[in-house]
Amino acid sequence: MEIIKRGAEAIIYLATWKGRKVAIKKRIKKGYRIKELDEKTREQRTKREALLMMAARKAGVSIPIIYDLRLNEKEIVMQYIDGYRLKDIIDEKNEEWQKKICNQIGKNIANLHKNGIIHGDITTSNMIYKNGRIYFIDFGLGMKSEEIEDRGVDLHLLMEAFKAAHRNKNLFSWVIETYEENFEEAEEVIKKIDEIARRGRYMRRIS
Amino acid sequence: MICLGIEGTAHTISIGIVEKVNNRCNILANISKMYKPEKGGIHPREAANHHVKFFPKVLRESIEKSEVNINDIDLVSFSIGPGLGPCLRTAATAARTLALSLKKPIVGVNHCIAHLEIGRALTKCEDPVLLYVSGGNTQVIAFMEGKYRVFGETLDIGIGNCLDKFGREIGLPFPSGPHIEKLAKKGKKYISLPYSVKGMDVAFSGILTACLHLLKKEKIEDICYSLQETCFCMLAEVAERAMAHTEKEEILLGGGVACNKRLQEIIRKMANERKAKFYCPPNEYLVDNGAMIAWTGLLMHESGIRMKLEETKVRQNYRTDEVEIKWR
Repeated sequence: MEIIKRGAEAIIYLATWKGRKVAIKKRIKKGYRIKELDEKTREQRTKREALLMMAARKAGVSIPIIYDLRLNEKEIVMQYIDGYRLKDIIDEKNEEWQKKICNQIGKNIANLHKNGIIHGDITTSNMIYKNGRIYFIDFGLGMKSEEIEDRGVDLHLLMEAFKAAHRNKNLFSWVIETYEENFEEAEEVIKKIDEIARRGRYMRRIS
Repeated sequence: MICLGIEGTAHTISIGIVEKVNNRCNILANISKMYKPEKGGIHPREAANHHVKFFPKVLRESIEKSEVNINDIDLVSFSIGPGLGPCLRTAATAARTLALSLKKPIVGVNHCIAHLEIGRALTKCEDPVLLYVSGGNTQVIAFMEGKYRVFGETLDIGIGNCLDKFGREIGLPFPSGPHIEKLAKKGKKYISLPYSVKGMDVAFSGILTACLHLLKKEKIEDICYSLQETCFCMLAEVAERAMAHTEKEEILLGGGVACNKRLQEIIRKMANERKAKFYCPPNEYLVDNGAMIAWTGLLMHESGIRMKLEETKVRQNYRTDEVEIKWR
């Protein structure tokens, strides 16, 4: 199996499952954790991620379809989206395309937040573009929450990601445009983003 | 240049005298006196009274130990925050008095950053992620774009505070960490506890409550073992995540809880697994100490930072990421 990505917590493999091309996300063992705790943590995280993905799908957000959940192996077998990482292509596109995509992202985030889902790591690295559609991936840091703070942190990270990695300064405002249109509590969340930004502590290098 | 630093953010009053020789930190003296409450936790005013009472003795001993003439001291620094108000004010007053009577400049130091700087000075690390774990503070700190930024921290109580509160309930003296560490060594059974990592942040209050509920049902050694394993693995996880995010390959420990051998072992293993380097200064410089305040004050002064007396007001909630870092 080919490794697509190696993260701090999990490895993503490219594989075949019943004739389909799939991505397998496997949470890896941590030697520093005692066995009981390691098993429990990896199992709970795997389960939680799968549940969040399914909830996101139900909320109308495009995600890879889950084919199999292997809790003993701490693996999620999911559809392989054969597209482009948004991070790699967005800068080359024209403004019209960028606006359309950002509007789509805003609506998607509104749908997540409306349904009590926090993605936890919304960056352009965690969005795949294929045939005009944006797929959200990696719900590994996600959680269920309806707190304004959590929603604010979620959006703030995207703002930082745009700032750090992309040239067009309007991208985030296009996301906010449709986020507002599609979510009644948007105003409160947007206010919160400023507050979070002022704290200046969620800054990180976006890869 | 010789700097005298006064630490007094919480339970410890400490004076360090350091000088810079060939760009290295040379510690001439580091004398500490810790306030230990007869029962319960730290009472801020009692702790401050303790500091007032012992300051002259600590000062005398540190000067004697360093073998410097008090008039040869070039700079006085002190812990300006974060910490307990009465304790901070006591240390600040002492520092102002000393600076005025010696006619030397004064500089206020951020306590959390001092932990990081002394770690950098005493180990060979250059640009680490610091896991700073003490009674009141639990933070993952790293240098980025001109500041020491907090990448993760506790959302409720410090890890040390969690251990102390649990220890208090089972009748252990303050600080309880070392006693819990001993009991945990005899523990064999892992009891499932809440595991509270949110992104790069951690929370301990839920675990504390869960442990207190277990007291009637489980052996105390097993609870201590499970408490340590759970909390320390959470810390390892957020530290690792911060390392991945910042792309740094060094992890440094700081704070009193870092004296715990099991925590050191867990963090060392985490570092080894990702082929990163692990650094931990001696216990004397993990706990609150004057040397770290002296050394950081010296770095600040050399980088051109000056404070007027009016600017030395203590800051109880001084945040790590507020500090302008001119010396890196």
